[in-house]
Amino acid sequence: MPRYLWPWLSAVAVMVVLPLVFTSGSAITMMSLMGFAIIFALSFNMLLGQTGMLSFGHAVYYGLGGFMTAHALNVIGSGKWPIPLPLLPIVGGLAGLSFAIIFGWVSTKRAGTAFSMISLGLGELVAACSLILKGFFGGEGGISTSRTATLRLFGISFGPQIQVYYLIAAWCLLCMVAMYAFTRTPLGRMCNAVRDNPERAEFVGYSTQMVRFIAFCASGFFAGIAGGLAAIHYEIVTASVVGAAPSGYVLLMAYIGGVAFFIGPIIGAVLMTALQISLSDYTGAWQLYVGLMFVLVVMYAPWGLGGLLLMHQPLLKSGVRDIFVRRVLPAYGLALVPALMVFAAVVLLIETSHHLLVKSADGSAMKLMGVAYDAESAIAWILMLVLLVLGGWALKRVAPKVSEAFHAARLAALGAEAS
Amino acid sequence: MTSSLQLIDLHKRFGVTPIIRGVNLDVKQGERHAVIGPNGAGKSTLFHLVSGRFAVTSGQVLLNGQSITGATPFEINRRGLSRSFQVTNIFPRLSVYENIRCGVLWSLGYRYSFWQMVDKARDARERTESILEQINLSARRDIPAGVLSYAEQRALEIGVTIAGGAEVIMLDEPTAGMSRSETEHAVALIRRVTEGKTLVIVEHDMGVVFDLADRISVLVYGQVIATDTPALIRANPAVQEAYLGSVAEQEASHA
Repeated sequence: MPRYLWPWLSAVAVMVVLPLVFTSGSAITMMSLMGFAIIFALSFNMLLGQTGMLSFGHAVYYGLGGFMTAHALNVIGSGKWPIPLPLLPIVGGLAGLSFAIIFGWVSTKRAGTAFSMISLGLGELVAACSLILKGFFGGEGGISTSRTATLRLFGISFGPQIQVYYLIAAWCLLCMVAMYAFTRTPLGRMCNAVRDNPERAEFVGYSTQMVRFIAFCASGFFAGIAGGLAAIHYEIVTASVVGAAPSGYVLLMAYIGGVAFFIGPIIGAVLMTALQISLSDYTGAWQLYVGLMFVLVVMYAPWGLGGLLLMHQPLLKSGVRDIFVRRVLPAYGLALVPALMVFAAVVLLIETSHHLLVKSADGSAMKLMGVAYDAESAIAWILMLVLLVLGGWALKRVAPKVSEAFHAARLAALGAEAS
Repeated sequence: MTSSLQLIDLHKRFGVTPIIRGVNLDVKQGERHAVIGPNGAGKSTLFHLVSGRFAVTSGQVLLNGQSITGATPFEINRRGLSRSFQVTNIFPRLSVYENIRCGVLWSLGYRYSFWQMVDKARDARERTESILEQINLSARRDIPAGVLSYAEQRALEIGVTIAGGAEVIMLDEPTAGMSRSETEHAVALIRRVTEGKTLVIVEHDMGVVFDLADRISVLVYGQVIATDTPALIRANPAVQEAYLGSVAEQEASHA
C-alpha cells in the first residue's frame, strides 16, 4: 500500500471507531461539532496559511452556506423533492462559492492589510444585512428546518445524532482529502509562492490577484459545506453565524493549531471544540482561558500546537531517540512541576476573582479542585500569589535547561541527517 | 539581425524628478548586452520599466517587435521576457526544488490548474531537475531556499529566472556582493544558461562586463551616452570622462 494512504486510513479508522468508544450523546454531539469545525478551520487556512491572506470575515461564507442549506432543506421538505440529505451540504458549498466569487472579486484585488480590512468590512456588511433582511435570515429567531423530512435512502432517517455524526464524518474526510489535494496542485503550489513572495510570483508568469481569487473561491466553497453541515446538525441557523464572533473563532482555531502545517487547523478545531464544550461546563470564564491560550501560543509558539508537535518529529528518529529519551524528556519532566504550579495559580486567581465579581450573590465561600475556601480571605489570596511567584520563578530557572536540551537533540538530529 | 528588445524614447518621471530621460536601445537576438553606469544613473529603474514593475511615463518598449508598454509583469513574462533582481527575490519558505518548479509551471501550460497533481507532472519534474543541475543546486534541492548561502541564493535567483525558458533574460547585478571565486562561478553559470538567448545584464564589476558582453550601453543620468562593443566603449572618450575613467583609476590603484 502506498505510504501516503496511511494518514487517511488512520483518519477513517479514528472517525469510525470513536463513537463506538465514546457512546454518550454529548460525546457524539461534540464529535459532530468537531467534524464541521475541522472543515471550517481548514478552509480558513487555505487563505491564511497557504496563500497568506488574513480574512476577518470568513464566517460570511460559512453562515451563508448554512442559511442556503436550511432554506433548501425546507423547500425540499415541503415539495417532497427526491433529494437525499447527504447531498445537501453541496448546496451550502455552492452558496459559499457563489458569494466568494462576488465578494472575492472585490477583496482579492488587494493583498495584505488592505485585503484584511476589506474582508472585515464585507463581514460587517453581511452581518448588518442579516438583521435587516428578515425574510432570508429569519430575524432574531433564525431559520429552523428539519433534516428528517428528506428522501430516505436505505431507511436512514438522520433523526438519531449518531447518523448525523457519520454523515458529518464522511463529509469531513472528503473535504480534508480534497483540501489536501488542492495544496498539491500547480495552483496550490503557486498559492504558497504568492504567500512567500507575491512580487516574484508575478515575474514567473502568475497573476497574484488570480491566484488569490481562485484560492478565495475554493475556500468559500469548503466553508459553505461546513456551514451546511452545521445547519443539518443544529436544524436551525441564526444571524449570529455570519457575524464577527465566528470569524474570529475560526482564526483562533487555525492559529492555535498552527497555520504553517496542513494538520494544524485540524488540531486547533478539535482542541477548541473540546475546550469550548467541556470548559463551559466547569467555568463561566472559559472564554478567558481560550483567550489566554491564544496569547500564549502567539507569544511562545508562533507555529501553533501543531508546530510544537512536528518540531519533535526529527528527534524521534533512530540514533537521536536516545538523546531525546535521556535529555529532553527529563527536562520536560523537570519543567512540568513549576508549569503546573503556575497553571494552578492562574486558574485559582481567575476562578476566585470570577466568583467574587460575578457570583458575589452566592456569598464568598467557594470550592475549587476539591478544596473549600473563602474567596475573601487574605490568606487564600496570599497563598495563590506565593504559588504563582514560586512557580514562575522556578519556570524561569528551568526554561533555559529545557531549551538547551531540546537544541542539543535538534543539533544531533541535523547531524544524523547530514551524515 | 532582428531585434529582440527595443526601447524607443523611454521616459520615466517620479513626480517631477526625471529618472530616465529618453533612452533608446536596440538589443539584437542572441546578443549579450550589458548596461553600465554610475550609481543612480537609472539602470535598475530601466529594468523595472522593461519588466513591467514600474509604469512607463512615455515612450515604448518592444519585445520581438511587439509593444509590451504598460503590460503587467506576468503578461511580459508569458511573452518571453524574464528578469532577476538585484536584491535576492526568491520564495524563502519553499524548497529549492519548489522555487525552480514555480518558475517552470506556467511555461509548461499548467496555468491555474487545480485538477492536476503537481507531483505527477513529469515534464515539470524533468525540467526542474535539469535546471537544478545547471545551477549546481541538485544536492540542496529539499532545503528551504531561505537558508541557502548568499551565493547559492544568487544562483537560485538565476535558476528561477531562466526556469520558464524565456528568450530574453534580464539579470540585475547577478554578482553583487560575491567573492572573486564566486563571481567566476557565477559568470560561467550565466554564460552556460543563457546560451542561444538574448541577455541584458546590469553589472558593476567591469571585469564581468567586458568578459561577458557582446555590446555595452553606458547609462548616465537617465540617458544612454554610448552603445558599442567592449573595445570601442573602453576607447570612447565621452564614456571615459563620464564614468569609466574613475573606475579604471580605481582598478589601477587596486592593482
